[in-house]
Amino acid sequence: MRRRLPLALCFIAGIFTAVQYFIPHAAVQDFQEQLLGWLMTLLAFAFLLGTVSLIRLHWHKIRNRADDRGYSFVALAGLTTMIGLGLFHPAHHSPDSPFNVMFQNVQVPIEATMFSLLAFYVASAAFRAFRARTLEATLLLVAACVVMLGRVPLGELIHEQIPIATRWILEVPNLASKRGVMIGVGLGMMATSLKIILGIERAWMGGTD
Amino acid sequence: MKLCLSLVVLLLLVSAAAPAADDAETVDPLMSDVEGAVQAPVDSIPPAPPSDLAARDHIENTDAGDKIALSWSLSPDDGAGAGDVIGYLVLRHPSPDAPGDTVAVVGAGSGRCLDEAVEPGTAYYYTVASLDGANASEPVLAGPVAGRTNLWQPARTSVFVLMIVFFALVMIFTRLAERGAALFIRRIPGLNAIEEAVGRATEMGRPVLYVPGIGEIDNIMTIASLTILSHVAKITAKYETPLIVPTARAVVMSAAEEVVKEAYAEAGRPDAYNPDNIRYLSDAQFAFAAAVNGIMLREKPAANLYMGAFWAESLLLAETGFEAGAIQVAGTAMVSQLPFFVTACDFTLMGEELYAASAYLSREPKLMGSLKGSDWMKMVTIILMGAGVILNLMGATGIVNWFQTQ
Repeated sequence: MRRRLPLALCFIAGIFTAVQYFIPHAAVQDFQEQLLGWLMTLLAFAFLLGTVSLIRLHWHKIRNRADDRGYSFVALAGLTTMIGLGLFHPAHHSPDSPFNVMFQNVQVPIEATMFSLLAFYVASAAFRAFRARTLEATLLLVAACVVMLGRVPLGELIHEQIPIATRWILEVPNLASKRGVMIGVGLGMMATSLKIILGIERAWMGGTD
Repeated sequence: MKLCLSLVVLLLLVSAAAPAADDAETVDPLMSDVEGAVQAPVDSIPPAPPSDLAARDHIENTDAGDKIALSWSLSPDDGAGAGDVIGYLVLRHPSPDAPGDTVAVVGAGSGRCLDEAVEPGTAYYYTVASLDGANASEPVLAGPVAGRTNLWQPARTSVFVLMIVFFALVMIFTRLAERGAALFIRRIPGLNAIEEAVGRATEMGRPVLYVPGIGEIDNIMTIASLTILSHVAKITAKYETPLIVPTARAVVMSAAEEVVKEAYAEAGRPDAYNPDNIRYLSDAQFAFAAAVNGIMLREKPAANLYMGAFWAESLLLAETGFEAGAIQVAGTAMVSQLPFFVTACDFTLMGEELYAASAYLSREPKLMGSLKGSDWMKMVTIILMGAGVILNLMGATGIVNWFQTQ
């Protein structure tokens, strides 16, 4: 029963979701919308599970006096502060509430900083990728140089054909390869969905029985 | 003041001199509605009417039966002939003889209109008349037609047929595999590398890090990742190597807990399962990336496996893992992230290989059959694409139109 019920639910929901794509009747589409609404509700409740897991992990680290428990203190302090400000501060709905001020002035800049680091990581990854050791790597290097030059005004100043070559690289060989991968991905998604709906693939539930 | 008075008198004289003054009175207020109306020379001859008016129930993706689509062939005076047609007046009538309500005034050059305000199940008649600057043509009539809530979207029939073909192929090969037919699957180095990576981590006495992406549980890549996680967990359980699974979604964490716990139990090592290693970090993309990077630098896993849906954080993770000296295997169907993984990881499962992993690793006949079915469907797709290109070049556009879903 522990396995059959989820499998039965998965089968019913999977078949309905697949079939509703072909049925435009408003009643069917409304029910599909409702199903998606239920999913959002489930996800919201599951958020609590995540919070419990986070607290448990860091509490264990602090209790066991782990070497990196300082980070756990910071994580728990941040979590409790934000929950407290969000739930209990009298002006928590106001844009100037301490919750929003903390979010806008701490969380957002930190995330922006992480995103900005990507530029340096791209540079270091590109440095490794563009070493012309093989024919393929050399082709990659040449194509990358042409595309980079073609995307900036300097490219056109060097030669008027560079932006045209850039467009050709992006729209012909690059797009063709992308589409090839995407067709394979689409079929893989369908095959995986079918296996899950029919209960052939059960590893996602844990175990294979 | 004198100038204004003269203009009014002039206008009155012109209108009194026009023999089709009644028609003009009906049409004039609508002229301002005609989009892009060009000032046509005013005469007393009505334009030729449109032809082939067709009214049919409009089927859309959420069909409440409240729309009727109209199409017609343009008036001979629209863009040719007298060239004075500036638009078409579309009216909806409850019966052929009853006066109609204006549905729309469509600009010249267009032979389509969608009536979005019909009562489902009620029959209507439609008339369309062409308009020039002052006159309206004889209206053409179509009907009766009623809006219905449909049970089938005809535009998606091609998808349905191909889906049935695909499912049939999968079922055929699954049945063949169950009967013991030998199915050849090409070698996928990235999947072979997973066991090597876990073995290396075991030799070094360091953990294995498995990142199932930042997709939600309804993302099929995340589901595929959880199936791979099950296999990886069995290997780590066998080798007694710690397995750390950081997640960005609470539901994925719960699912990963179940998957890993069951895999350890199946491997006969339920005692080795450590719930603290299945961690929820953050829903925020870069907070998650920062936390995983922290795990890489502090807990120093010897093998990093990235399987699932990744966005901009892919390179942040893979580059940090590279700098930390871990052996890295990645797999994703996110085409835009593949170059980053190819550059920074030792092995990369590209696109469909992520979905093939479960069958490849388990070698279970049923799963192998589905893989073979996918391969054959690719062959069908290639044949259809080739046929489509050739037929389209020959002017037979039917096959291309049949595949259009909108």
